Amino acid sequence: MQFLNGITLLLVYQLVGEITVRLLGVPIPGPVLGMVMLFITLWIRGSTPESVETASTALLSHLSLLFVPAGVGMMAHFSRIADEWLPITLALLLSTVITMVATALVMQLTTRWLVGSAAQEEQDHE
Amino acid sequence: MNDPGLKDIWVYLSASPLLGLTITLVAYGLAYRLYLRTNSNPLANPVVTSVAMLIGLLLLTRTSYNDYFEGGQFVHFLLGPATVALAVPLYQQFSRLRQLWMPVTISLLCGVVIAAGSSIWLARIFGGSFEIQMSLAPKSATAPVAMGISEKIGGLPSLTAVLVVITGITGAVLGTKLFEWIRVKDDTAKGIAMGVAAHGIGTARAFQVSNQMGAFSGLAMALSAFATAVLVPWLVDWMQTLF
Repeated sequence: MQFLNGITLLLVYQLVGEITVRLLGVPIPGPVLGMVMLFITLWIRGSTPESVETASTALLSHLSLLFVPAGVGMMAHFSRIADEWLPITLALLLSTVITMVATALVMQLTTRWLVGSAAQEEQDHE
Repeated sequence: MNDPGLKDIWVYLSASPLLGLTITLVAYGLAYRLYLRTNSNPLANPVVTSVAMLIGLLLLTRTSYNDYFEGGQFVHFLLGPATVALAVPLYQQFSRLRQLWMPVTISLLCGVVIAAGSSIWLARIFGGSFEIQMSLAPKSATAPVAMGISEKIGGLPSLTAVLVVITGITGAVLGTKLFEWIRVKDDTAKGIAMGVAAHGIGTARAFQVSNQMGAFSGLAMALSAFATAVLVPWLVDWMQTLF
């Protein structure tokens, strides 16, 4: 029952997110808005209900599975990808590496500059 | 498949979502076992191996992607509630997040602009067509956002969905090694970088490293979805007039 209650709540938040996005015409996907709304709810409430925690752990523990059907969609685009495989491969690979390296370094440096040694010490304690 | 009985069964199965759903779960189960066998080697990422198995199987049996997706859509659908569920680990990291909101905001904005700008620019200098450049631009955002943006700026949404998955896999496979090389050790920095560059697939990988890295990756994925939706169409216009 816990799992069922939890998944129902997650779907309700997604639904409200989808409806709000359509009503306001904002270019954000419904589930992302639903996530923000659930986060705000948990913040106001001050704790996570057990049901939501159960359902969220179940879904997130195999998050990669959920991307498999979209990945198989690759087969529908074989010819397009084969035609321009060089720019696609190079741009995708290099851009992903550059983005990850740059973001990680910016985050590390700004954390040191702006948050300072207090946060760093706390990090070392963990 | 000359036997009429077998043929009937095949006709039934290929028209029902049962087969697509079952093979997705079986392939992932096998892929996940293989991943554990290799001591969680990122190269054996379960998304890569299960997608490869499924494409091989579909090509062998001459099944179209649309027929497969009749069943695959049930798994695909769960991406929605799973996105909402990211609020839970995020809330559990709230105190750390409150402390780090400035660095997180700055890194997110840098990351989103670099992800989109560098993919357009690199695709262009390596001779990619306009459609390919625009399909690649939102590749680091989560699939539904990326598809919407791609359509808006003149890319092919369904191709973008595939590029998004390949980007996620690339990030998940290379991430931990890259962070080791550039000596970034904080799970918060690694998580933000993973979520910005490799959305949900990177986040799945981050959760395997630590809960904190997963929560920050999920946060980065959600916020960069917002930022990408707002900034990328503008960035594309700006790059068109500049170059």
